[in-house]
Amino acid sequence: MNAIDKNISRRSVLAGLGGLTFCIAVGNDGVRLMSQAQANALANAQVTPWVRIAPDGKITILSAGAEMGQGSMTSLPLILAEELDADWSKVAIEWVPADPKVYGYKDPAGGTEQLMWIVGSRAVQLYFTQLRLAGAQVRKVLIANAAQRWGVDAATLKTEPSVVINPANGQRLSYGEIAAFGTVPVTLPAIDPNELKARKDFRLIGTSVPRRDTPSKVNGTAQYAIDVKLPGMVYASTLHSPVHNAQPRIWDPGKQDQSAAAPESWNDAEIKAIKGVIDVVKLPSGLAVVADHFETAKAGRDALKVKWTKAKADGFNSDRALADYVRIHDDPNAQATKVDEKGDVKAAFASAAKTYHAEFRSDYGYHAQMEPLNAVVRINDAGDKAEVWEGSQAPDESRKAVAKVLGLKDEQVDFHQCYMGGGFGRRSLGDYAAECALIAKAVRRPVKLIWTREEDIAQGMFRPQSFQCLEAATDASGKVTGWKHCVVGDGEFLLLTGIRIPYYGVPNQYIERRGVSHGIKLKHWRAVGHVFNTFAIESMVDQMAADQGIDPIEFRLDRMGATPKARKVFETMAQMSDYKAKRPDGRALGISITERSGSLGAGTVEISLDRQTGKIRVHKVWVAIDGGVIVQPAAAKANVESAIIYGLSSILHERVTIKDGVVEQSNFHDYNLMRMSDLPEQMNVQFVDVDTRPTGLGEIGNPFIAGAISNAFFKLTGKRLRHLPFTPDRVLETLKA
Amino acid sequence: MVSFTLNNRQVAVDADPKTPLLWAIRDHVGLTGTKYGCGAGLCGACTVHIDGVAHRACMTQMSNVAGKKVVTIEGLSPDSSHPLQKAWVAEEVPQCGYCQSGQIMKAAELLAKNPKPSRADIITHMDGNICRCGTYHRIIAAIERASKEA
Repeated sequence: MNAIDKNISRRSVLAGLGGLTFCIAVGNDGVRLMSQAQANALANAQVTPWVRIAPDGKITILSAGAEMGQGSMTSLPLILAEELDADWSKVAIEWVPADPKVYGYKDPAGGTEQLMWIVGSRAVQLYFTQLRLAGAQVRKVLIANAAQRWGVDAATLKTEPSVVINPANGQRLSYGEIAAFGTVPVTLPAIDPNELKARKDFRLIGTSVPRRDTPSKVNGTAQYAIDVKLPGMVYASTLHSPVHNAQPRIWDPGKQDQSAAAPESWNDAEIKAIKGVIDVVKLPSGLAVVADHFETAKAGRDALKVKWTKAKADGFNSDRALADYVRIHDDPNAQATKVDEKGDVKAAFASAAKTYHAEFRSDYGYHAQMEPLNAVVRINDAGDKAEVWEGSQAPDESRKAVAKVLGLKDEQVDFHQCYMGGGFGRRSLGDYAAECALIAKAVRRPVKLIWTREEDIAQGMFRPQSFQCLEAATDASGKVTGWKHCVVGDGEFLLLTGIRIPYYGVPNQYIERRGVSHGIKLKHWRAVGHVFNTFAIESMVDQMAADQGIDPIEFRLDRMGATPKARKVFETMAQMSDYKAKRPDGRALGISITERSGSLGAGTVEISLDRQTGKIRVHKVWVAIDGGVIVQPAAAKANVESAIIYGLSSILHERVTIKDGVVEQSNFHDYNLMRMSDLPEQMNVQFVDVDTRPTGLGEIGNPFIAGAISNAFFKLTGKRLRHLPFTPDRVLETLKA
Repeated sequence: MVSFTLNNRQVAVDADPKTPLLWAIRDHVGLTGTKYGCGAGLCGACTVHIDGVAHRACMTQMSNVAGKKVVTIEGLSPDSSHPLQKAWVAEEVPQCGYCQSGQIMKAAELLAKNPKPSRADIITHMDGNICRCGTYHRIIAAIERASKEA
């Protein structure tokens, strides 16, 4: 059984069932319930049930938690169910439609639009309060109905899971019973935040309920977009330009000079002659071969010979570019953008007792989600309605992208959310769904487009490479008084995540970015800039602690002015890892702070080193995290562990290089992902007990890994690793240097 | 046309005999639990059993299974009752879930020939199967659990 009921017209469900339905109408104030009457009263209102309670007691809650493995499909409805005081065993979950006006959250950056993007691991963080208020509203309506039936004051009634109780006489009415006779008032009751449950009264939040998607993921029934099959559907396989954003040349019959492009700039006739091939469709940056089956489409794709137009990234060489970044950093006339400034950094350096300087580099990284990018699109005969099946971190963006290439309004596109075989930031643009729409339009049939793994790697989009220069000033007492951080690279805002250090109290700071542009496709990537920024920051801090001969935790607390929140996570980490204890010979601990999406943590790793091969082995990992109230502890822990592995994999194994504009890696034989044999013997995750709003937990396990490994490496060898990833050849080079 | 047994059912697939077994199973027969991950035998997401031995369906031509018994995740048990499937649920192994059919099929091969594997046995046997969500530690725990409870 699929956890999500699909292909059910919600209007027909609404019409066909008895019970109570709480709706949402178009509004701009986030997830707010309305009564059906209220919703119907609004002109052109889109009535969509958010919560339905059937007379048999079944409670259906819609989930806006795009499910890519992090468990928020379960966690979000659970938050609503908590305040509703629902019997969780009677709760069914459905996806919300891709309608941000109804189901979006308020743009945390202060924009006027509502968004559905689930990026930065913020699903729980963004929806938490709104879902609690919605759940409390439904509960209040149920209580009011019971009070009216019993002729008592609603304020005297209590609830237990899915039951309203009159403590005065023990009378009980289940939510299902109330749904059979109850009414929803025209205006739903307001909820004062004080009416929300106290943490001690939580029945669901803070316990670990089984994830609803698990059963379907052990027997092959979980449906990913790649599994969708429609009547009459054909298959497409794309070949994109090996240099990002180039186009297949096309013959322009009106043009006099045909020397630049052959009459056929790809072997169109030859491909179309392959048995089973239906068409070859030109896309903005590639070609799609469409066939009756995928293996035929792929064979056609593999046989394509294409002449490409010029592109910005022609001739690009990633190693050379990284060397250029150093020159850009050293060039006083290079364009620089101030990111942040605090105090008087010039004065701090001028009056410093000692100054420090360090440089770091990092390479491109690839998401490598296990499910290659794919989508299914069907367009109706009239061409005025399209349907998309995709696993998307941003259903609203995908719908928009498809509508745009088809010349339709967003409302003319229906989006069907599917499970994602991993997201990690790659699946929030709808770019491949838009390609699939163009193909479906061209061949006038439903199409499933699957990118090959080779395409998935070659086309990125990547975590940007970077060069970083850090400088610090200390006063006579050893306290850090000045801090300068310059990052050079492509990718603008992607370079800046994690570059600020609000967890430290350095009084004078200057942070800047020096941007370049290569034409290489870049994207969010599980904590993206945090990976290289936290590495550089925490290596620098460790370097100063070593220079001053002070324990690195002490140094952070005293000389970096760590905030109380940071102090707490460092102390917790020290305790859980028995930080001061002697480690076995040949092993060392390294520490690092970690921060992402509002969460803060401190981590340590215990490593050993094979000096012959240059292979670093991570044996044990500890991390203490302040993530606010933990909604689902088991899932939260799994997310942190997952990010630890993702971090270890990227820091020890993964590297994308680009030569002559072309990505050199093509599959998992040369883009190496961590396998089971490199698993640490222990991963210990602890959450600090706090009563604050939940913050993001899907990425916080990643940013500390590089700094912690490199700091442990310094302890073992007295040398510092300064270039991510720490591949064996780089480790050997560092040892020799 | 190639005939073989798929999950105890006789099937005949009318396609080029060179078609990778993966696409024959997924698109021609319509069982989609077996996944496409790399198409090059590098990740294990498409692992199936052929006469009881785990193989990469993406690298196996359909003609090679003529007359043989192929078992996919859908055929491992009729109702998710294989000890590994139960252990997978108990340990809450999956995250995105995409690699897990292949992981379970690879693990089932191990337990069939070595009912009490050591941790080292498990790692050696499972090392070819990639999990990008990093569920490796729970995969080990689930295999150990299934080994105890089977």
